[in-house]
Amino acid sequence: MKLLTTLLTGSALVAAGSAFANDHMASDMTLVSWGGAYQTSQQKAYTEPYMAANEGVSVTWDESSNEAVSKLRAMNEAGNVTWDLVDVEGPDSQRLCDEGLAMEIDFDDVLAQGDDGSDVEDDFGPTLINDCFIPQIVFSTTFGYRTDVEEWDGRTPTSLCDVFDLENFPGKRALEKRPKKNLEWALLCDGVAQEDLYDVLETPEGLEQSLAKLDTIKDETIWWSSGADTPQLLADGEIVIGSAYNGRLFSVIEEQSQPVAMLWDWQVFDFDGWVIPADLPDDRLARVLDFVKYATDTQRLADQAAYISYGPARASSQPLVSTHAELGIEMAPHMPTNPANQKNFLVNNIEWWADNQDDVEARFQAWLAK
Amino acid sequence: MATIIDLKPQPFSFVGPIVGAFGALAGLLVGTAQGSGLLGLVLGAILMAGMAFALMHLKLPRRSVRLGLVVIFAIIGLMVGGTIGGIISALAGWLFGNLTFWLADGRYRANLAPYLTPGQVLWHFTFRVICGVIFGFLITPIIVVMPLSFNAEDFFTFTPEMLALKPEGYSLKHYQDFFTNSDWQSALWNSLTIAPVATLLSVSFGTLAAIGLSQPHVPGRRAIMAILISPMIVPLIISAAGMYFFYSRIGLQGTYLGVVLAHAALGIPFVIITVTATLVGFDNSLTRAAANMGADPVTTFFRVQMPLILPGVISGGLFAFITSFDEVVVVLFVGSAGQKTLPWQMFIGLREQISPTILAVATLLVGISIALLATLEVLRRRSERLRGMSPG
Repeated sequence: MKLLTTLLTGSALVAAGSAFANDHMASDMTLVSWGGAYQTSQQKAYTEPYMAANEGVSVTWDESSNEAVSKLRAMNEAGNVTWDLVDVEGPDSQRLCDEGLAMEIDFDDVLAQGDDGSDVEDDFGPTLINDCFIPQIVFSTTFGYRTDVEEWDGRTPTSLCDVFDLENFPGKRALEKRPKKNLEWALLCDGVAQEDLYDVLETPEGLEQSLAKLDTIKDETIWWSSGADTPQLLADGEIVIGSAYNGRLFSVIEEQSQPVAMLWDWQVFDFDGWVIPADLPDDRLARVLDFVKYATDTQRLADQAAYISYGPARASSQPLVSTHAELGIEMAPHMPTNPANQKNFLVNNIEWWADNQDDVEARFQAWLAK
Repeated sequence: MATIIDLKPQPFSFVGPIVGAFGALAGLLVGTAQGSGLLGLVLGAILMAGMAFALMHLKLPRRSVRLGLVVIFAIIGLMVGGTIGGIISALAGWLFGNLTFWLADGRYRANLAPYLTPGQVLWHFTFRVICGVIFGFLITPIIVVMPLSFNAEDFFTFTPEMLALKPEGYSLKHYQDFFTNSDWQSALWNSLTIAPVATLLSVSFGTLAAIGLSQPHVPGRRAIMAILISPMIVPLIISAAGMYFFYSRIGLQGTYLGVVLAHAALGIPFVIITVTATLVGFDNSLTRAAANMGADPVTTFFRVQMPLILPGVISGGLFAFITSFDEVVVVLFVGSAGQKTLPWQMFIGLREQISPTILAVATLLVGISIALLATLEVLRRRSERLRGMSPG
């Protein structure tokens, strides 16, 4: 009798084991992202199809990417990391990686090859910025302006320097309440060549030169800190031109049909992607690795572009970008990576900013408060 | 109240300055909106005083003058500020017409005691105006949110269509979003499951603590009291960070129970304070009388003490409920994404996506709060009437 029971239990276990071949993987994941339209695009392109393919897996979203670094530090100190996968911008991934809070990735092993057979390193190319960062998208910070400003007498801004031109383009502007990008833009419009940009900025005189240029529009500038601010201010008519993330501007222009247009001149590229918190338990890590391989393959990255106008990080995804899921318009012309939009551009200089951020930030904030 | 004193018609030297002062205030508002507050102030004062002079000296039929004023003001407002401008200035016309006649007839003294000096009468009305201004200051930010929640666009903006009161400027889509979006629905569900349990815990522990601490023989009661109400005094962010590390160590961080306990800790001080206040008026000989008649302490508590201190318990419970329902800082630390409450969801929404759905939720919450408080007040009056404590 006892033998029979043992046998029965044993075979039941085997049956259960084969039915749930994945049971070394956790069945729920907590993903951290930015909320809003961006998170929706990730849900539609990554998690919904993933959950459809893997029954019994559930996903919880936490909209905490803004404070990802500080929260991960706190979780680490408390010994209670509840996140499985965290969406961060390039510079944050650098900090997390340096502090050992994010896991180092063997890209060839963890990520899928390109659909066109290209290997991982080639396919992601320059977006692989450090050992922890799993790239998803390329986005840019650029300008949107209202198309119905009477004082402009039919002139439309065509160059970045029109932002600094209060004579031809009067009205309030919005710029981010941080030195990054603003200082570069100011120098570019003060006659500094692109290749000399950071050499100039590194000198105290260069920094002052840049701030002096910003001084010319300081009285007319509203400083934003949340990605949603500039779209709201533009829609309100409180500003006539302002910097914002290109996806936000796309939403204002195409989805909300506001009288706003893009100024792509000297857009600044940035990368956004996943990091995996260090030292996850094995079952959760196995689940996350399985998800990441799926969510960053060529097709998934291309799919995301149907919901938001950010460029996929893989070269092999570019030809697959098609139309917007609801509006049906071609997405390629709205991509920051579209050749017509990137005649002049900068790429966020993560290394320079990592070295100089603290000093420059302090000087900038002091200038702001003056 | 019957009119005791004769109502004397007043001269223009009395009516003019007062109407002028109100005109100046209205002019200041309109002028500021048009770009020059000072000009509006002066023009408003002169125009309204002049109008009062004309109304008092031209003996026209009252009723048609009042109606005429409303119409004239409405037309001017319509030309300057569209539909909304028309409505507001029609109201202004009605106000100024009535104000002038009310002052000129001396009707303002009608319901006041006859022995009041002019100074006291002036203070009587000034006091009411001050109260009205404070009330307006408190309520305007809440009122402004409500029409915006019916915006047809996805921004916090009064569109031209809305100002013209056109139906296409308004929509219920943000309400629809709230009721169909799974994020908002799960946040609502979390709030509705966390707040009542936290309230129940706060009320039970808080009431017991208050009763215990009101006994004179408890040693160190002031110190215990201070510790118990400290969550109310210590900055929330400090409590939140402390709870985060403590709860993480004992495995409560990121759990439903953890959030409930944290909210209960925040709610307890409110219950202690309100219940302690009602216990001051409680006569302890009642419990002794009950004991004398053979009731055990539990029966005494529920049959004698509880009914008498119930108002304090209920209002403490209400505060505890609202604390939990409104709280965002502690839940951000102690909760995980699975316990996202309504305020948390609103906080995210405001930061990442300025969406009027937040305003729709705010409007609904205001409505629910009003309904809750009104119900409570009705119940309270009913029980007072039943107990014969109030003549109404």
